[in-house]
Amino acid sequence: MINLSFIIPEIFISLSVMFLLILGVFKKNSFELIHNLSIIVLLITGIIVFNETLDIEKILLFNGSVVIDYLSSFMKIITLLAAFIVLAISKNYLDNFKISKIEYPILILSSVLGMMVMISSNDLIVFYMGLELQSLALYVLATFNRNNLKSSEAGLKYFVLSALSSGLLLYGCSLIYGFSGSTNFEIIASQLDSNEYALTFGIVFILVGLAFKISAVPFHMWAPDVYEGSPTTVTLFFTMVPKIAALTVFIRFLYVPFLELIDQWQMILVFLSIASMLFGAIAAIGQKNIKRLIAYSSIGHIGYALAGVASASNDGIQSSVIYLTIYIVMNLGFFSCLLMLRRNDNYYESIDDLSGLSKNHPILSFSLLVILFSLAGIPPLAGFFAKFYIFKAVIEQSMYFLAIVGLLSTVIAAFYYLRIIKIIYFDPEKEKYDQDHSPWLKFSLILSTLLILFYFISPSQLVEAVSRINFI
Amino acid sequence: MIDIGLGHYLTLGAIIFTIGVVGIFLNRKNIIVVLMSIELILLAVNINLVSFSIYLDDLAGQVFTLFILTVAAAEAAIGLAIIVVYFRNAGTIRVEEIDKLKG
Repeated sequence: MINLSFIIPEIFISLSVMFLLILGVFKKNSFELIHNLSIIVLLITGIIVFNETLDIEKILLFNGSVVIDYLSSFMKIITLLAAFIVLAISKNYLDNFKISKIEYPILILSSVLGMMVMISSNDLIVFYMGLELQSLALYVLATFNRNNLKSSEAGLKYFVLSALSSGLLLYGCSLIYGFSGSTNFEIIASQLDSNEYALTFGIVFILVGLAFKISAVPFHMWAPDVYEGSPTTVTLFFTMVPKIAALTVFIRFLYVPFLELIDQWQMILVFLSIASMLFGAIAAIGQKNIKRLIAYSSIGHIGYALAGVASASNDGIQSSVIYLTIYIVMNLGFFSCLLMLRRNDNYYESIDDLSGLSKNHPILSFSLLVILFSLAGIPPLAGFFAKFYIFKAVIEQSMYFLAIVGLLSTVIAAFYYLRIIKIIYFDPEKEKYDQDHSPWLKFSLILSTLLILFYFISPSQLVEAVSRINFI
Repeated sequence: MIDIGLGHYLTLGAIIFTIGVVGIFLNRKNIIVVLMSIELILLAVNINLVSFSIYLDDLAGQVFTLFILTVAAAEAAIGLAIIVVYFRNAGTIRVEEIDKLKG
């Protein structure tokens, strides 16, 4: 029974999901109530994680199949905060498209539950169950605007490719189970026979499955279509939250059971990272739709985060956690701007719609300017520090090629970010957009802009916060 | 008579798995076939896990199989629901006509 007290956050979310589902069925027109309750549930869970588990060094529960350590608590808090803000800013958007149904907050809650299970998993079975709970909820979320052809196509594509990737991942799990004799990460580590080639096959299959989930090249093909077709708030969710969980599993899966086989997986990660950085930079240049553009940009950013994981050092892992955190803040700011491009109940998402924005909306344009400069990695904004830590960790491990390719692709990527700034500030102006935004949307835009702008005042705080993540 | 051992089961699993993966990529007609291919992949994994479980004399593999069976059922249900939604909007489920999103 003592075990249960450490997974109170998960238990709380799952009970709330069931309760909210029943409440939503029996009470008519209860979207607003359930939406607000879900926001509160996420907040309370975040507080529980913060208070109960953040100090724990490392505890194994349920015969070692669940692990609570600093990495898991940190990532859970980020997941919950990101999901909290997504829910808070999505209400007006949903109302506008008449898709404000009770299922939306409940699906977000259950996918968050799946991600929390994934983040804490220390066993292939637990990991798979978390992954599937997350994916099943996300399939439905992508299709959420169900009378819209694009949204349903996005859901269909996401379903087919994600189910395929789960299948590949499972095949890898079966090989690892068969050739190491256990599904538990730590037992696998202790029984590892590094001459067994089937294990390498298993690792490759699982890496392919995980690369699908974080949309790393060459398994990225679903991302632009799904991001464009899904409702914008769901796209915001997709670009932030599932990546946190998948990257945590990446770190835990590679560094707990397979640290000794590092020669075999390091090259794969370096390849994924280089390919994602270059592809993300080059393919985004010709895009006209902002959501598509942000899909390619997120592919590029995941490449940088993977570079940190590939460096096989504690500094590398810590820098990719920092990178992901800062990337999430930037993404949140960018999408808040995107959700503000509304005129007479129409949301605009083409790059041309940003033309001359600075004349009518100076504050919005300034926030976009800050966010885009930060995404491009220009000092002294937060995005620069994120890239700086990654390159520092990579160069310390003498992986110069990876660092050089990373720097080159930063330069290429800067082109399309700067092009948007040029369109905002120097192109002919268009009609005014509506000004009456919800307070949450304004709050998230202001918060993320300020965080990005003033990160340089004390960058050591985030560095210290992740300094307890040690695997090697 | 030949003895049927672990290797035979693994080969069977690998063949079914390959048929499933190839089925997803070569199929140009109907999205339902993709659903069937996904099902094949999961079944191949189940064959692998059960035969490993017998070979290792360890129950974890069979437990894993039961979990996969349940998840596969849920996945098929959600997949069919999404296909129905798509059919209502597009009037077709031919794979080559699912091309509204591109660029």
